[in-house]
Amino acid sequence: MSGTALRSPAARALRDAFLSALVALGIFGVMVGLRTDPGARSLVLSWHPVPVAVAVAIVFFGRLALSGWRIARPAGTAAPRRLAEGMTHAGRYVAPVFLILALTLPLYAGRYYLDLGILVLTYVMLGWGLNIVVGLAGLLDLGYVAFYAVGAYTFAIAATTFGLGFWTCLPLAGLFAAIFGVLLGFPVLRLRGDYLAIVTLAFGEIVRVVILNWVSLTGGPNGISGIPRPTLFGLTFLADGGPGSFADYFGIEPNITQRVIFLFYVILAMALLTNWVSLRLRRLPLGRAWEALREDEVACRSLGINVTVTKLTAFSIGATFGGFAGAFFATRQAFISPESFTFIESAIVLAIVVLGGLGSQLGVALAALVMIGGSEMLRGIIILGVDLVEYRMLLFGIALVVVMVLRPRGLVSGRTPSVSLGRPREISAELVAEGRG
Amino acid sequence: MADILSVESLTMRFGGLLAVDSLSFAVRAGEITAVIGPNGAGKTTVFNCITGFYRPTSGRLALTHAGGDGFELQTIPGHNIARRARVARTFQNIRLFAGMTALENLMVAQHNRLMPNVASGLLAVFGLGGYRPIQHAAIEKAKLWLDAIGLMARADDPAGALPYGAQRRLEIARAMCIDPVLLCLDEPAAGLNPRESEELSDLLLRIRGGQVGGGCSILLIEHDMGVVMRISDHVVVLDHGEKISDGTPAEVRNDPHVIAAYLGEGDEDEGHEASAA
Repeated sequence: MSGTALRSPAARALRDAFLSALVALGIFGVMVGLRTDPGARSLVLSWHPVPVAVAVAIVFFGRLALSGWRIARPAGTAAPRRLAEGMTHAGRYVAPVFLILALTLPLYAGRYYLDLGILVLTYVMLGWGLNIVVGLAGLLDLGYVAFYAVGAYTFAIAATTFGLGFWTCLPLAGLFAAIFGVLLGFPVLRLRGDYLAIVTLAFGEIVRVVILNWVSLTGGPNGISGIPRPTLFGLTFLADGGPGSFADYFGIEPNITQRVIFLFYVILAMALLTNWVSLRLRRLPLGRAWEALREDEVACRSLGINVTVTKLTAFSIGATFGGFAGAFFATRQAFISPESFTFIESAIVLAIVVLGGLGSQLGVALAALVMIGGSEMLRGIIILGVDLVEYRMLLFGIALVVVMVLRPRGLVSGRTPSVSLGRPREISAELVAEGRG
Repeated sequence: MADILSVESLTMRFGGLLAVDSLSFAVRAGEITAVIGPNGAGKTTVFNCITGFYRPTSGRLALTHAGGDGFELQTIPGHNIARRARVARTFQNIRLFAGMTALENLMVAQHNRLMPNVASGLLAVFGLGGYRPIQHAAIEKAKLWLDAIGLMARADDPAGALPYGAQRRLEIARAMCIDPVLLCLDEPAAGLNPRESEELSDLLLRIRGGQVGGGCSILLIEHDMGVVMRISDHVVVLDHGEKISDGTPAEVRNDPHVIAAYLGEGDEDEGHEASAA
């Protein structure tokens, strides 16, 4: 102890950087350095030292720079706080700009970007839906994908069995997901924090395993195909046009992009609906009770708030939006299988909510854009003979760690009061509880 | 004056520990009743039984509203004690919603009036169900209480950022926003300076008299004897889960059992020895 204290800061920083580089070597040596290539008869292990050296060097100098920065200015918390205030102020202008960009995207973006936009918006919607449960009510839900799956399968089964259309099935998908939300809610109401997380995780897996094994209903691992596409007031978007199609009605050339644009606007409208409902609920007694529940459950009970009912509404309303998103996913893909509803989906959506800032609508949208859009943009970028998209999860993890170190409460933290006498002022994140489930 | 709450042979046992031992006392309507006693006497346990946080091992807690409606508190589930029986409480360690503003804290307390059931809460999303006038009334009521506790200027500040004394007052105002017939205060004067204690006493007297709010009986646990002696109409003294004295502040102050409990059991024995000698 005294030995390290006596050493100069520079020597300590150097030693620290060296140790970090050693850890990096251990990790990257295996993850980046070793690669399996298809050989003549079997896979051949090849060794790539250059990317490893680069990664280790980045860690070494990065750590050194970080230590140097800390020595230079010991009051290291000032910068992030100023950043937080700036972010909050910028938020007022960023949201409308993003909305306009999204609304006009089909005017200037090609097919690839529209598809990417649909993907991002699906996650934005899921993030906003989960934000109700995790961000507002403070209930840690690791099985959100279950509601996504229930929504998708409800629509797929109803459409392929009874021939119902997307718009008829959408409320049905939401309703079924809400019922599952209540089903999950009831047994877990007594649980808090870690225990709640474990049970919701198990719930997500149970739903997936049931779907996988109930072959007569869900097709098991083969999934369900031939799910109908959505229509615009009865007009279809078939690739070859034909009578009753959108192109035929308006007398234009049938084009597959028309369907993509339509799907884009459908998910945009659904995401905005989710946003509108959650923003509205926040200003109403129900949303305020969720936030109060996150702050202090015991105090809520002493004020006569039915904690059970309040938690169930959070679960079921969050689930409803998950179900809507699921139905959209099914109609967009035209094919669903249990593989689309694994735990990693729950983890990604939760990561989006946490990164964005619990309870922050703009933060969640930004996080979804960066995490889903950003990681997709890595495709095709090749550095030192390495396609970056293969290291998507690694970069994902690094981004998570960096954000959590610099901004532990997410990109956009802080909370706007739901009601105020004067001009509402932002409440700093330090005062706001995160909820213990 | 009629009894608003009658505690009859209340017993609370935690495993082998007998925290409250067949305690009986009454809280009279329109009065301030103080429960005092040394640390560990079982005061907070009694509170937790009355407010539904503990289910008593045995005994009866009968609450009677002015209109004649009776409630057996020991059988009512937690939140309904506040909602239906209208018993409000504060906590020994302040439990405000720290990240919400003072105004929001008072709005949450009026939850059941703002949203009688889930359906009306969901209808309000679409602007249906006549939510607006109810919300307006709730804000007016919150303003009334903010004014009463002198926090009108800080209505939009987060509760967690308020000074300690203001947090204590806000917690009382929040409890009063459920329109209680009985307000249970767990050490409201703890940590307050003499001036703040004085303000608190005034506030409690105004609440009892109905000068602010609709008037309500108060049951209070307090260690600050200055406050207790000044505002209480009736004092109950507990020690080791049993009632050792019950009466007006003046009676209790002169009760030898109370003096013994507070100054140590030794006195009594010494007294016996003295008389024997």
